[in-house]
Amino acid sequence: MGDLHAASTAALGLILAADPAVMGIVGLSLQVSLTAVLLAALVGLPLGALLAVTRFPGRQSVIVALNALMGLPPVVAGLLIYLLLSRSGPLGPLGLLFTPSAMVIAQAVLIAPILAALTRETLSGLWEEYAEQLRSFGAGPLRAVPTLLWDGRFALLTVLLAGFGRASAEVGAVMIVGGNIEGFTRVMTTAIALETSKGDLPLALALGLVLMGIVLAVNVLAQVLRSAASRWAG
Amino acid sequence: MRAPDTILPLCVEALRFAAGGVEILHGVSFTLEAGPPTVVIGPNGAGKSVLLRLLHGLLPPGGGAVRWATAPDRSAPRQAMVFQRPVLLRRSVMANVAYPLALAGIGPRERARRAEEALDLVGLSALADRPARRLSGGEQQRLALARAAALGPEVLFLDEPCASLDPSATRAVEEIVAALARRGTKIVMTTHDIGQARRLAGDVIFLHRGRVVERAPAARFFVAPETPEAAAFLQGELVW
Ligand SMILES: Nc1ncnc2c1ncn2[C@@H]1O[C@H](COP(=O)(O)OP(=O)(O)OP(=O)(O)O)[C@@H](O)[C@H]1O
Ligand SMILES: [Mg+2]
Repeated sequence: MGDLHAASTAALGLILAADPAVMGIVGLSLQVSLTAVLLAALVGLPLGALLAVTRFPGRQSVIVALNALMGLPPVVAGLLIYLLLSRSGPLGPLGLLFTPSAMVIAQAVLIAPILAALTRETLSGLWEEYAEQLRSFGAGPLRAVPTLLWDGRFALLTVLLAGFGRASAEVGAVMIVGGNIEGFTRVMTTAIALETSKGDLPLALALGLVLMGIVLAVNVLAQVLRSAASRWAG
Repeated sequence: MRAPDTILPLCVEALRFAAGGVEILHGVSFTLEAGPPTVVIGPNGAGKSVLLRLLHGLLPPGGGAVRWATAPDRSAPRQAMVFQRPVLLRRSVMANVAYPLALAGIGPRERARRAEEALDLVGLSALADRPARRLSGGEQQRLALARAAALGPEVLFLDEPCASLDPSATRAVEEIVAALARRGTKIVMTTHDIGQARRLAGDVIFLHRGRVVERAPAARFFVAPETPEAAAFLQGELVW
């Protein structure tokens, strides 16, 4: 009990003093996860939208595969990326292993299927509603993709936030491909895991509090977006 | 501007349609010429909405043919439709009108001009920046009409355009429809309002259980219907 109290006080002290070590780790975490969400969105959103509007043989299998990939364990994703990026792997010559870029790739691979699956789900309903009206305007499924992405913008922002939440809370994949190198690839989750095992509870707790704060902010933002969405959806 | 050639007359030949194992239209034939509005009337479930969708090209005929004088060109829509339950995009009122214009390849300045003109036509200019789906039911219907009219189609299909309008809005829409017809737009509309059919129709198609039971100039149809079904239908409405 005394431990926890002392650790909490020290943790708050670190946060309030904007401790450079803490800030560096938080900054890198945000940078890695935001970049990963952006990359994953570039692939996941159009892919999800296409799956929502097109009908082709094998579409159902693609959807099942996508849903299965949503549950891909981060350590497994990390291992696969590790094998690809390791010196003897096919992408080894790029020299990306144990760099922030490798962590971005790992997180993007983890969340792209999530974004695609959630986008498909979100836009399927919208397409069902819009299809006939758009066809009357002369817009087929492909032309409908940008329309649906725009008209589903609020719901899709919450999808992106869900992806960001998942990326920033993830530890296994970035640990494997980033290596948790101090001042270079150490992010909040890997730092918490390490500092806890080392017994530096104030630092671990400070990072934990920041991480929780970020998750909370993301959820508040999602809520705000939902109410904005209902204003426009009527 | 409209090309000098025309997509009318429209020849409908032995048009059939079935869905879910049920025959909805049993071989419907008629010709639509340019001129005053053609009003399709008939009881609920007669097949009016299905007929309009077939003519507009949204449903594939199950038999027979829908033949326009010139082949429809998707890049410059010559015909537009307002649905019984219009779907408005999750955008502003103005953006809703501009959307199909953009699809038709109309540049931004001309688009804005036409959209403003169309909103003005239906009296929604003051609401241009509001989210479309927050409009009242009647305002939504007028917006859908403006959206279709802005395309300047040669043929405009209207499926019960006044279904949820109050009497004064109904009159306003009738005036808009009449104005469009005078400007040369061929209106093909359904309605349950016999008074409205009388006021607007140049000719009438009376649809009953998936068949054209009577086709006649409005002046004759409402005074002396030739078939007992049409007479009974008019009678029933008159009682109300
Ligand atoms: N996709 C469909 N599948 C099965 N039945 C359908 C389908 N579309 C229409 N129907 C049926 O076809 C019949 C005609 O429908 P339609 O909507 O054309 O009627 P309507 O004349 O427009 O009626 P209302 O005046 O009520 O609008 C109805 O019995 C309807 O249930
Ligand atoms: Mg109908």
